[in-house]
Amino acid sequence: MHRTGELYGQYRTLEQQRETASLGMWIFLSTEVLFFAGLFMTYTLYRSTYPDIFAEASKSINLTLGAVNTVVLISSSLTMAMGVWAAQVGKRKLIVLFLIATLVLGSVFLGIKAVEYHEKFVEHHVPGLDFNFEPGADTGTNAHAQLFFSLYFGMTGLHALHMIIGAGLLIWLIKEAMRGRFSPTYNTPVENVGLYWHFVDIVWIFLFPLLYLIGGIH
Amino acid sequence: MSGHIVPLKVYYTVFALLIGLTGLTTWVASVNLDAPWNTVVALAIAVCKATLVILFFMHVKYSSNLTRIAVVAGFFWLAILLTFTLSDILTRGWIHESSAWQTSSLESPR
Repeated sequence: MHRTGELYGQYRTLEQQRETASLGMWIFLSTEVLFFAGLFMTYTLYRSTYPDIFAEASKSINLTLGAVNTVVLISSSLTMAMGVWAAQVGKRKLIVLFLIATLVLGSVFLGIKAVEYHEKFVEHHVPGLDFNFEPGADTGTNAHAQLFFSLYFGMTGLHALHMIIGAGLLIWLIKEAMRGRFSPTYNTPVENVGLYWHFVDIVWIFLFPLLYLIGGIH
Repeated sequence: MSGHIVPLKVYYTVFALLIGLTGLTTWVASVNLDAPWNTVVALAIAVCKATLVILFFMHVKYSSNLTRIAVVAGFFWLAILLTFTLSDILTRGWIHESSAWQTSSLESPR
């Protein structure tokens, strides 16, 4: 697409042209809501059916790491928003700086997730991989706990996949920003990657209380 | 055309609020409220955080109504999904089945 921010024929004004890109991104993000909705619905169903098991299983995942990750991700949203701001005011070096900061924070998030997944693997809480939540408990308990962990890995895994895609987008964006491609006249890609990144943050904002805070603090 | 430029102070304030709400929701989880309220409060706080991100970080407060419709559409659909599926799940067992083979295979919530 045009890289100069000039007005294209089918748009009446530059403002409308710019807004169209944003609208398109939002329509895509709405489909992402539908995408995650299936898992959230499944979670709602099984948590309401087995509330006690879900609370107990929730206590076994690392609350501290989850909370730290929440702060990391919110911070990455701030640096992303500031990256967009830097593009809007034409501070080229700052754009690169903020985008790199966002990428670093996103990587920290993924690193912490890897640590959490490893913890779960060692404790035999990974469904399908020698799963054993409560040795000696009846098969019902283990089966229902497996529901929680399937949802835990499914939802955070899908979220992590979106983070990885976001990281890829950021790498591309940093490359383009280093070439000086973004300015007050043209910064649509920065804004749209920003929208994507904030959306992934919002998904985590819901995942954190629903997965980590069910059982209360121990 | 850069669109509306949000002042940095707004971003910093929203950031502080988001961190504060995260701390709040973590703290509330340690307080043992009666049955549904822990979840209700946690979800209410999450909705507040999401709203802050959508309005300010994603610039929806400064966007056209057309954009806002697109924003609401996905979440409205989510509400439909949750409402109708839950209305099925939560009312299972309300109607007494006369013969055994008609009982639903999914056990109803207690």
